[in-house]
Amino acid sequence: MRILIKGGHVVDPANKIDELRDVLIQDGRIVKVQKNIKEAVDEIINASGKHVFPGLVDVHTHLRQPGQEGKETIESGSRAAAKGGFTSVCCMPNTKPVIDERSLVQMIYAEAERVGLIKVFPFGAVTKNLEGKLLSEIGELKDAGVVALSDDGRPVYSSKVMRHALEYAKMFDLRISDHCQDLDLSEGAVMHEGVVSTELGLKGMPAASETVMVARDIELAEMTGGKLHIAHASCAGSIWQVREAKARGVDVTCEVCPHHFSLSHEAVRNYDPCTKMYPPLRTQEDIIAIKEGLADGTVDCIATDHAPHTQWEKEMEYNVAPCGIIGLETAFSLSLKELVHTKILTLSQLIDKMSSAPAKIFALPAGSLSEGVDADVALVDLESEWTVKEEEIHSKSKNTPFMGMTLPGVIEMTLCRGKIVYRK
Amino acid sequence: MSRLQEKPAAKWSRKDLLELREMSAEEILLILDTARSFREVTTRAVKKVPALRGKTVAILFSEPSTRTRISFELAAKRLSADIISVQTAQSSLVKGESLHDTARNIEAMRADILVVRHGASGVPHQLARVVSCSIVNGGDGSHEHPTQALLDLFTIREHIGHIEGLKVSIIGDIAHSRVARSNIAGMTKLGAKVTVCGPPTLIPRGIEQQGVDVTYDVHEAIEDADVIYVLRLQLERQDEGLFPSIREYAATFGINSAKMQRAKPTALVMHPGPINRGIELSPDVADGSHSVILEQVTNGIAVRMACLYLIAGVKAGE
Ligand SMILES: [Zn+2]
Repeated sequence: MRILIKGGHVVDPANKIDELRDVLIQDGRIVKVQKNIKEAVDEIINASGKHVFPGLVDVHTHLRQPGQEGKETIESGSRAAAKGGFTSVCCMPNTKPVIDERSLVQMIYAEAERVGLIKVFPFGAVTKNLEGKLLSEIGELKDAGVVALSDDGRPVYSSKVMRHALEYAKMFDLRISDHCQDLDLSEGAVMHEGVVSTELGLKGMPAASETVMVARDIELAEMTGGKLHIAHASCAGSIWQVREAKARGVDVTCEVCPHHFSLSHEAVRNYDPCTKMYPPLRTQEDIIAIKEGLADGTVDCIATDHAPHTQWEKEMEYNVAPCGIIGLETAFSLSLKELVHTKILTLSQLIDKMSSAPAKIFALPAGSLSEGVDADVALVDLESEWTVKEEEIHSKSKNTPFMGMTLPGVIEMTLCRGKIVYRK
Repeated sequence: MSRLQEKPAAKWSRKDLLELREMSAEEILLILDTARSFREVTTRAVKKVPALRGKTVAILFSEPSTRTRISFELAAKRLSADIISVQTAQSSLVKGESLHDTARNIEAMRADILVVRHGASGVPHQLARVVSCSIVNGGDGSHEHPTQALLDLFTIREHIGHIEGLKVSIIGDIAHSRVARSNIAGMTKLGAKVTVCGPPTLIPRGIEQQGVDVTYDVHEAIEDADVIYVLRLQLERQDEGLFPSIREYAATFGINSAKMQRAKPTALVMHPGPINRGIELSPDVADGSHSVILEQVTNGIAVRMACLYLIAGVKAGE
């Protein structure tokens, strides 16, 4: 089976390509990316006027399976990912049960295989049952195929446990993605602490609830030589610290989420629980710092923190509604709007931060259109716009503060291993 | 009654009464003026007018507050409305049904106005988005308690004649007080100069941006104040480590006659009730010559009648 994607503008940062090229795919793999390929093929995909990117890579997705299939499943999450242009997602281990043993890792791979849409790479838990006390069997998890470790949903709270995790995981070359939140400083808090929380009478968490943990993690990573990844950095202080740590050679990488640079705490004013997430929406100054971090390379990549919750749960009072929003289907468009249209990043830099860079951080076989790799490709119309509508969302959950918004950039088609897994 | 019906209701266009922060000075004054007419009604032998005959007012309180509930019920009764009183659990997590389910149920009872009191900030806003009946905020979490602030403003206006130019000091737990937030919004809109006073742990971040001064010195707050507004201290704040002891709080911020020596002779002492006697307010000050605390309670009925009356004049969708 040979497919030719013809006449598209190819942006493949890993191979420094940013021009009109054709992409030839055979038996699920990229054969070549060249100008004007004239070969006999089984199918031609006309990409003229469109852009062709490596399939996007999300290193922070909650697929909710096993345990909370009412919110999302590997199948529905895969559909949402494909619609968003993603061909690889890393799923977080805070499921029920927690992904802290071999059989569960195998189950995820098997289910993703059965669904047959995109690639799912599980993260394993740092500690057994996310309790923050005993290290999970990291060697066994690695053997079963986890690509990194995280207790996401909560931080690895004990500094001693975090130290040992960073030390021990070095042996398996696994990076630890930490959800940085001081649980005492953020106790009972539901939004960013500041002018808006004061006006709304909602309990706020200060930016320091994140930055003190980022500081601790960086200290521990420096001391142990371990590999640290700061998940969903949301405030200026975190960006400054990562920048400084990188400058002195600490092995720290960092992700930010589209909602954190698209919306500020002002969005909470309507008390819609779809604006509630950890870490919370911060201030305009924080947004500027995040964008500066993206521009100068302090922030390595963009991740969604796709966190589905049922409609029912998000109809709760603001202070008890669960945290998190879906993000797979809006991530690219929001990033295009906030970063490329505002000239913070070039298009090629954006694709790097959404595909090649995250793939590289976690050593995933993804993120490029190099010859011989799996043909994971997104076909995008950058000139068109779309409106976020409930009935068109592929995720099982609809919890997004961007509902009703019109965004630029339409994912026209997504191919994974050369197979069309989404077509608009 | 005829005088009331002649009032130009066109000035009032809100379906809901959610917070004073979003309201204009003109809207607030319209409520206060309307309340004055209703207070006259409450002094008659027959304390009832037919303004809301045939309308249904649902009173949904998920927090125990006898005082505010009775005040709303009495206000609705004096306007001849039918009343449904619903007690609900503290939160939808306990009930196992979402807030929207509750709202749909109330909707099904065909209430025209829903007065809601809830322990969580923002619940009236959330409900207002899903039901077509009017929502009146009877106090939500640490957010706002608009009718309390309106009755406070009414009481001050009756005594001093105006709000503009007054110096008002609000003393106590500003961080968790919906009464403080509504009063700050209402008073600053009507031109008063507001100072908040309390320990730094009970002063929320960025409060200055609401146009108030902050002081930790209670003597400074009392001096030259035209109104000394004392908040109720939730005693459990001590367990949260927000101050060392009730004793130290009472000694530092409690208003007693010794501290009142510095006050203007004309200063009003106010409190939203119920009072922790001997903690935020000593009994002699609570019952003393400066105190207008019981008048606040009486005025509450007239103010709530005015709110229900104005709201009822606006049909959903207008
Ligand atoms: Zn997290």
